[in-house]
Amino acid sequence: MSDRNSASETVPAGEGAAEVERPPRGPLALALRRLLRKKIAVAALVFIGVFYFCGLFAPVVAPRSYTDQNLDAVQQGPSLTHPLGTDALGRDMLSRVIWASRTTVVVTVATLMMGGLVLAVGLGLLAGYAGGKVDTAIMRVGDVFFGLPGLPMLIMINATVGERVRSMGWLGAIEKGLRIDGFPDYVVVFGALSLFAWVGGARIIRSQVLALRETEYLTAARAMGASTWRIIGRHLLPNVSNIVIVSLSASLGAIAGTEIMLSWFGVGVQPPTPSFGAMLYEGGSIRTLQAHPHLLLAPGAIIAGLIFSFNLLGDALTDVLTPHAR
Amino acid sequence: MQGLLPYVVRRLLWAPVILLAVSFIAFAIVRFGPGDPLRVAMGQYSDPAVLERVRHEEGLDKPFFEQYAIYLKNLAHGKLGESFAYRNRDVSEVIFPKIWVSAQLGLVAMLIVFAVGVPLGVYAALRQGTWADPFSISILLFLQSVPVLITVPLMLLVFVLKLHWLPAAGWGGILDSRVVMPALALSLPGIAGVARLTRATTLSVLREDYVRTARAKGLREFTVIRRHVVRNSLLPLVTVVGISLATLVEGAFFAETLLGIPGIGQFAFKSVQGRDYNVLLALALVLTTMFIIANIVIDIAYTIIDPRVRYERQKLS
Repeated sequence: MSDRNSASETVPAGEGAAEVERPPRGPLALALRRLLRKKIAVAALVFIGVFYFCGLFAPVVAPRSYTDQNLDAVQQGPSLTHPLGTDALGRDMLSRVIWASRTTVVVTVATLMMGGLVLAVGLGLLAGYAGGKVDTAIMRVGDVFFGLPGLPMLIMINATVGERVRSMGWLGAIEKGLRIDGFPDYVVVFGALSLFAWVGGARIIRSQVLALRETEYLTAARAMGASTWRIIGRHLLPNVSNIVIVSLSASLGAIAGTEIMLSWFGVGVQPPTPSFGAMLYEGGSIRTLQAHPHLLLAPGAIIAGLIFSFNLLGDALTDVLTPHAR
Repeated sequence: MQGLLPYVVRRLLWAPVILLAVSFIAFAIVRFGPGDPLRVAMGQYSDPAVLERVRHEEGLDKPFFEQYAIYLKNLAHGKLGESFAYRNRDVSEVIFPKIWVSAQLGLVAMLIVFAVGVPLGVYAALRQGTWADPFSISILLFLQSVPVLITVPLMLLVFVLKLHWLPAAGWGGILDSRVVMPALALSLPGIAGVARLTRATTLSVLREDYVRTARAKGLREFTVIRRHVVRNSLLPLVTVVGISLATLVEGAFFAETLLGIPGIGQFAFKSVQGRDYNVLLALALVLTTMFIIANIVIDIAYTIIDPRVRYERQKLS
């Protein structure tokens, strides 16, 4: 019973030639090899990798803590002791940027897991596979979310419900237990983001599942008495994985960007937990710009680079994983 | 135009359902989310007797569903509720002049998007295979990646503080020089999106038989491009108008706040800062309504422009 991904059969002739001498691999391994052949994609991957490394290991990488103040060295330009200068409270900007990237890392990964994987894949599979009323209900709810102006709704939700969620005791307990500063903020932000992040993915997955449901091998699997979970796990999921990866990678830049917008608005991650949004807000006022442009340029360049890398990677992955769409 | 009318009717019937759902959810969030709205409004002057009296006057002691019903009734009369910041004035009086300012700004930005994006996309498509194509596309992707909340301060830094070309902030209508910076900042991501899509559609049109026929007839290359290629490659752009509209609204939140433009974006920012919940509720409803109407108009426009598109009832297999 073959459940090989159809992508492996549509490898373009020109690129297939180089792979002839190697033993056949899974379609994802093939796609990865093709991805690594694109120089721009590799550069984007390296940037994202460094960013995520710094974010995950911020306590080790950052030279100082994000709260360390030195009021004798306020708003300094770049120097040897402070490569990116210091902010209005004399905090080291390099350390602030590294700690802020931790916020971006946590929010993007959590939103990806929650909205992109759990909600999008789960609801998409369920709608496509169950059909009928379940399908209608899920897709109509999706329509409602899709028709809403995303950022204004997110701002409203975060401005109102955010306070409530932040004051929940058990979130504070987790914050202490896991030693992740700002954990309730993260929950507020990624929870709201997930609410809006699943619709696109779920729609694509549902339509794929609807098409797959009529294929002969699925009928065969069902006739042989395969359980629903086996059909989903062995036959449906592997066949939608390419599309899932493409749609997830395309949304990563937007997720990172939206967290920054929310924090800029003051309804996302709250100080003292550092976030690019808050830093850009502080650096973006005209008085600060005039005297200390590095306060905007340092976090701005990094976040623009990150979103650019995400978009480049998304483009490259689309090329690699959906060859027929070229 | 077969099938269009029932489709439009279905969409129009569906719109109030969405709006009702949104209004209910938004109302519930605003009433329950932040805790007691009155305590928030009163701040430190929380004399229990006064609190109780105002609570009764505002109808906040009634059951939730009754409050919601009253809210809907007011809504039907065009009342969006009272703002904390603008006492004794209904939000609708405040909000619509601001929407008008934002709409003007958005219109200018939208014009720039299409006036620059379409030629760029066609140019990149015609240069496919040379360095100019990937070069221009990468630059556009980069421009699309920089959030408005970075481009606006950067423009301030360059055009206002260093070059002294433009005034810093404010609003004076679409013929004032102060419109340049926000319109430019808002249009940058849109230009990139439109140009990339135009490039893709132009490439696919270039492969069509009728383009080969036109060339075989001996038409000048410019005429072929203008009459046969561009016309057909522009069709799918209609669908992007909706998406561009969304990015424009998002961008306006930041550009207007940073540049002191009295539009809906700045209003939203101030209302969030002041936790003016009635305004937030009204903003959510008004923006959602505009979104739904815009999407319906775009869908209808698409069928009129491209008669090949049919909206049939989707069959669920």
